[in-house]
Amino acid sequence: MGVNLFQLLNGLTFAALLFIVASGFTLIFGLLRIVNLAHGALYLFGGLVGYSAASATGSFVLGIVAAMFFVALLGFFLDRGLLRFVRGNELRQVLLTLGVAFILNDLALVLWGGDTYAVPVPEFLRGATKIGAVLYPKYRLFVLLLGVVIFVLLWLLLNRTRFGALIRAGVDDPEMVEAMGINIRRVFLGAFMLGSALAGLGGVVGGAFLTLYPSADSEILVLSLAVVIIGGRGSLIGAAVGALLVGLLNSFGQVLFPELSYFVIFGPMALILAFRPLGLFGRTA
Amino acid sequence: MSTPLAPALHSLDRKLTSPRALPWLAVALIALVAIPFILPSYQVSLATEILIFSMLAMSIDILAGFVGRTPLGHGAIFGVSTYVVIYWTASLGGSLWVGMVLGILAATLLAAVFALLAIRTSGVYFLLLTLALGMIVWGVCLRSTSITGGENGLRGVGPPPFLADHVHFYYGILLVVAPVTWIVWRFVHSPFGLTLRGIRDSESRMRSLGYNVPLHLFLAFVASGFVAGIAGALYAVLNDFVSPSTVQLSQSVSGLLMAIAGGVGTLLGAFVGATAIVLLENIVSTFTTRWPSVLGLTFVLIMIFAPEGIVGRAQILLAKRRRR
Repeated sequence: MGVNLFQLLNGLTFAALLFIVASGFTLIFGLLRIVNLAHGALYLFGGLVGYSAASATGSFVLGIVAAMFFVALLGFFLDRGLLRFVRGNELRQVLLTLGVAFILNDLALVLWGGDTYAVPVPEFLRGATKIGAVLYPKYRLFVLLLGVVIFVLLWLLLNRTRFGALIRAGVDDPEMVEAMGINIRRVFLGAFMLGSALAGLGGVVGGAFLTLYPSADSEILVLSLAVVIIGGRGSLIGAAVGALLVGLLNSFGQVLFPELSYFVIFGPMALILAFRPLGLFGRTA
Repeated sequence: MSTPLAPALHSLDRKLTSPRALPWLAVALIALVAIPFILPSYQVSLATEILIFSMLAMSIDILAGFVGRTPLGHGAIFGVSTYVVIYWTASLGGSLWVGMVLGILAATLLAAVFALLAIRTSGVYFLLLTLALGMIVWGVCLRSTSITGGENGLRGVGPPPFLADHVHFYYGILLVVAPVTWIVWRFVHSPFGLTLRGIRDSESRMRSLGYNVPLHLFLAFVASGFVAGIAGALYAVLNDFVSPSTVQLSQSVSGLLMAIAGGVGTLLGAFVGATAIVLLENIVSTFTTRWPSVLGLTFVLIMIFAPEGIVGRAQILLAKRRRR
C-alpha cells in the first residue's frame, strides 16, 4: 500500500507539472490555432534561464521570474517576428514552429552544453515530509500545489476578467471581436506570451525534479501534446483531465510495464484521437 | 480540408505525362547512370544516400502531396524496416534478401496500423497523431534493449561482397530506386491516384460522389509505408548501423523537409529536395556541428518564403514567364 500511495503521489505531482506546461500549449492551440511545436524548447529554455538566474542570485523566485519573462519575450518574437508571415495557414505555422524548436534546442546546447542541470530549490522545500505511511519530497508537493493554484488563476483569468472574455470570444469568433473595435491581434499576442511564460514556468519548476538535459524538450513536448490531444484543444478542464490521465498512466506505466512506458501513454491517446478526433473536451471550431 | 502546402501543380504533371517529357527523363536517367564515371568516390556514396532519402521523401510526398495529409511519423516506418533488416542479418544471421523483404513487410504492416488510427483525422490532427505514433515506436525501440540494443543500437553486416564496391553499390541502389520511382509515378497517375487528388482537393465532394474515402486513404498510407520501407531496407545496407535516432522525430522531420523543400505534389521534388538537404547537411557539417540549427532555419525560411518548394517555385516562375 505504501508503494502505491507513493506512485499515486508521483503521478499527481507529475500531472501538476504537465498541466502547467500543457495549459500554455492549449491556450495557444485553442486561441490561435497554432500547434506550437517549439513549446518544449521554450520549456527547456525557461528551465535553463531559470537555472542560471537562480544559481547566480540564489533565489528560486527570481529564477522563476527571469524564466517567465525571458520566455514570454521569446514568445513575442516568435509571434511577431516569424509567425505573422505564415498567418492563416495551420500547416505552415506548425512546421515553422518545428523549425524554431530545432534552432532553440541547438542554441541551448551551445549556451549550456550537454550537461544535466537541476534548478536549485529553496531550503524550506528540500527534504521529505511524512504523508500517511510514506516519506514524500516536499518539493514535489509544492509542485502539486502550484499546479492547482495555476489552474485556479487561469480559470479566474479566463472566466472572470475582460481579457479572459476577449480570449473566449476570440476562440469562438475572431472576426466578430475584431468588428467590435477590439484589436484581436493584441489579445492573441498577449495569449501567446502568456502561454509561453507558462512553458517557462514549467521549465523552472520541472527542472528542479526532472532535471534539464538536451532531449528534455521533446519529451515534455510530446507529453503535453498527449495531454492536449486527450483533453481537447483550448479547454482548461480538458488540459487538467488530460494531465491527470497522462501523469497517472506515466507513473503506473513505468512501474508495471517499463518496456512499454511510452505505449501506455500514447496508446490511449491514439485511441482517443482516432475515435474522438477533437479530444474529450474538444468542441468543433 | 484543403492542402495549403500543395499548390496546384497539375500543369507539371501534364507536362510529364506528355511525350515531350520523355527526352528529359532519358537525360535524367543517363545522368544518374553516368554519376560514377564523373564524380569521385565520396560523391558517389553521397549520391547513393541521396537516392535512398529520395525514396523516403517520395513516400512522404504520396501522403503530403497527393492525399493532402502531412505525416510526421515516417521516420519510424522507415527506421523499423532498417531495424528488421539489421536484426535479421546481424543478430539472427539470416540472409540479406529475406531480411529486406521482412523489413519492407514490417514497415508496410506498421503503416497499416498507423493508417487505421490516423485516416479519421486530417490537417494538424493527422500530423500530431502520426507524430505521436512515431514516438511510440521510438520509445519501444529505446526501451526494448534486449532486441534493439537500446541506445547502443545494432551493427549490421554490410552489403554482400559483389556490392561492396561503392560504384557497384550505387548501381545496385539505382536498380531498385528507378523502377520503384516508375511504379510510384504510375500509382499517383492511375485512376486511383486521381481519386486521391480528388480527396485532397475536396473530401466531401468525393464522398458524395460515392467514393470510399477511408479505404482510399488507408491504401495510400499503406503504399506510402511500403515505399518508406524500401528506403529503410536500403538504408540498412548503406549505413550498417541502426539506433533509436534512426526512428526518431528528427528523421521524420528531415524526410518531410526534403519532400517540402523539393515541392510537395511533384515526385521530381522528392529527388530535388533530398539532393538539396543531403548536400546542405554535408556542406554544413564540414565546418560546423550546428546542423540542427541549420535544419531548423531551413525549415523556417522555406515556410516563410517558399512553401511550394524548389520545383513548385520553379513551376510558378515558368508559368509567369510564359504568361508574359
